[in-house]
Amino acid sequence: MIFSFQLLFEAIVFGILLGCFYAAVSIGLSVAFGLLDVPHVAHPAVLIFAAYCAYLLGSYGWDPILAGLALMPLFFLFGVVMYRFYYETFEKRGTEAAVRGLAFFFGIAFIIEVGLILAFGVDQRMVEADYIGKSLTFGEMRVPLRMLLAFGVALALTAALTLYLSKTFTGRAIKAVAQDEPALRLMGANPVRIKQWAFGIATAVTALAGALLIVVGPVEPMLDRVYIGRTFCVVVLAGLGSMTGTLAAGLILGISESIVLMHFGASWAPAVAYALLLVVLGIRPQGLFGR
Amino acid sequence: MRLRGSPFWIGAAATVVLAAILSLSGVNEYFFFAGYVVLQFVVLATAWNILAGYAGYVNFGTAAFFGLGAYTSVVLILSLGAPLLVQIAAAAAVTGLLGFGTGLLTLRLRGIFFSIATVAIIYIAETLMMNWRYVGGATGLQFLRPLPMVPFETYTRMLFFVMAVLAVIAVSIARYVESSWIGRGLRALRDTEEAAECNGVPTLRLKLFACTVSGALMGMAGAPLPMYLSFLEPASSFSLNYSVVALAGAIIGGTSHWVGPAIGAILLASVQQIVTVTISSEINVLVVGVLLVVFVVAAPEGIIGLVKKLRRPRAAAGNPS
Repeated sequence: MIFSFQLLFEAIVFGILLGCFYAAVSIGLSVAFGLLDVPHVAHPAVLIFAAYCAYLLGSYGWDPILAGLALMPLFFLFGVVMYRFYYETFEKRGTEAAVRGLAFFFGIAFIIEVGLILAFGVDQRMVEADYIGKSLTFGEMRVPLRMLLAFGVALALTAALTLYLSKTFTGRAIKAVAQDEPALRLMGANPVRIKQWAFGIATAVTALAGALLIVVGPVEPMLDRVYIGRTFCVVVLAGLGSMTGTLAAGLILGISESIVLMHFGASWAPAVAYALLLVVLGIRPQGLFGR
Repeated sequence: MRLRGSPFWIGAAATVVLAAILSLSGVNEYFFFAGYVVLQFVVLATAWNILAGYAGYVNFGTAAFFGLGAYTSVVLILSLGAPLLVQIAAAAAVTGLLGFGTGLLTLRLRGIFFSIATVAIIYIAETLMMNWRYVGGATGLQFLRPLPMVPFETYTRMLFFVMAVLAVIAVSIARYVESSWIGRGLRALRDTEEAAECNGVPTLRLKLFACTVSGALMGMAGAPLPMYLSFLEPASSFSLNYSVVALAGAIIGGTSHWVGPAIGAILLASVQQIVTVTISSEINVLVVGVLLVVFVVAAPEGIIGLVKKLRRPRAAAGNPS
């Protein structure tokens, strides 16, 4: 193996672009699992589902990013219904039901995955847009335009959600419910309705992230299995519920993955997220920016 | 919870004898091909339940133990040409060790954190095997089956019998764990770990024991896989599908009693076999997902719970859960 700074530099630049994208696909989980404590193992499956919805709209000539934005309200409703159902069947009944809640989301993930296989087949799908396939050249380096676009949208999405959670009234209420639910209840607010709203937001954000997923590369139904590792790695590494942490953790994962990809080859890359996850869980389960 | 011993052992012996008679009889070969898979899931679901059902730690990593068991066999076949029983014993040792390691994770991790860590183990094991040339790398290896042992006509029939014996062993171990002080300790730590520890339950030792036994049984179930398929490659042997079927089988059957996972796995895997043959193999995964969600929502105690409710409708109505 020849070590070169040029290669390392390229790996880092690519890793930064990839990292912001990873933060964007994980931020919904950061809200759902990090703040609301819902064992949302189906998050990656919802993400792939959103990517396929964007693909479907794309086949009618929609721009994928626009499709992602248009999907947000629908996914918001989907999230609200999913949380409500989860709350009524599991959360309300206390810890004994928590194990079953986990199994429930695991089952939902499989249903979504097989549903996509039945509807679209196991082949890879991709979308067409002007910015896909082109790239910008900086000196000796070529950066694909779609990565830059995904980077920009991901950064905007993460920033918007961070601002929403820290500046608006509802956003602060969501953070409050994560910190101390009984206290919020004593203030006269209804924690279940706030959580329901928050879960809806998390799912809506995932819709746009799913659209980014299909912009960045081709999508297949079983892709959610790889993204279980990536999204949970980012959320756990960030420290539960920390939005700026999510961005930092996304960057760490993106850069490590792209360095491994360039120096050891593609067959090792998917394991990076899982290895990092296991290391974080073993050494510092509260994450980098944990409460 | 006191179980009278003899009816169980008569049943266990009868199962083994029945499996032997079946595998020596003239039944269609396909029956053994499908029956092997059903019995394999009985072992997996029962093993899964030892940790999850009694101790409350949900293991999504069944596929890691199963696949590693299969790959232990591969290494032994390639290096020594070891016979099947040695493969099974070695697989149990290796995955038992991995189980012990997983048990150490429970020191710090609970709930979903533990579950996600076990998913990580699957992918790391898969990636290692994929990059290990000796065992075939990503493309896998083909194997030539040796001749079956004397009374058996074909190798598939022999494997069917072996898996039946493994299933009986797994269920016996689960029953022993459940009815002994180990099971009581595990249930205590499932309810409140701190309280159990304070009352003198050796929680770490019990968790390590449960993880090791559960892992070893899963590895045993995987050990005959290379010979059963005459082929092995990493992507399908570490498939998350094994994890979901084991988990679904146990939950559908009922996690509170040793017989639950066995019943659930037999029903689920049989339905899967029928659906695969009559409709398609994609639908069979869908069936697992749908049944899992339906049971978890509508009948959380599984088939065992439903039967109990039917038997004692009044007592069940008095229970507030």
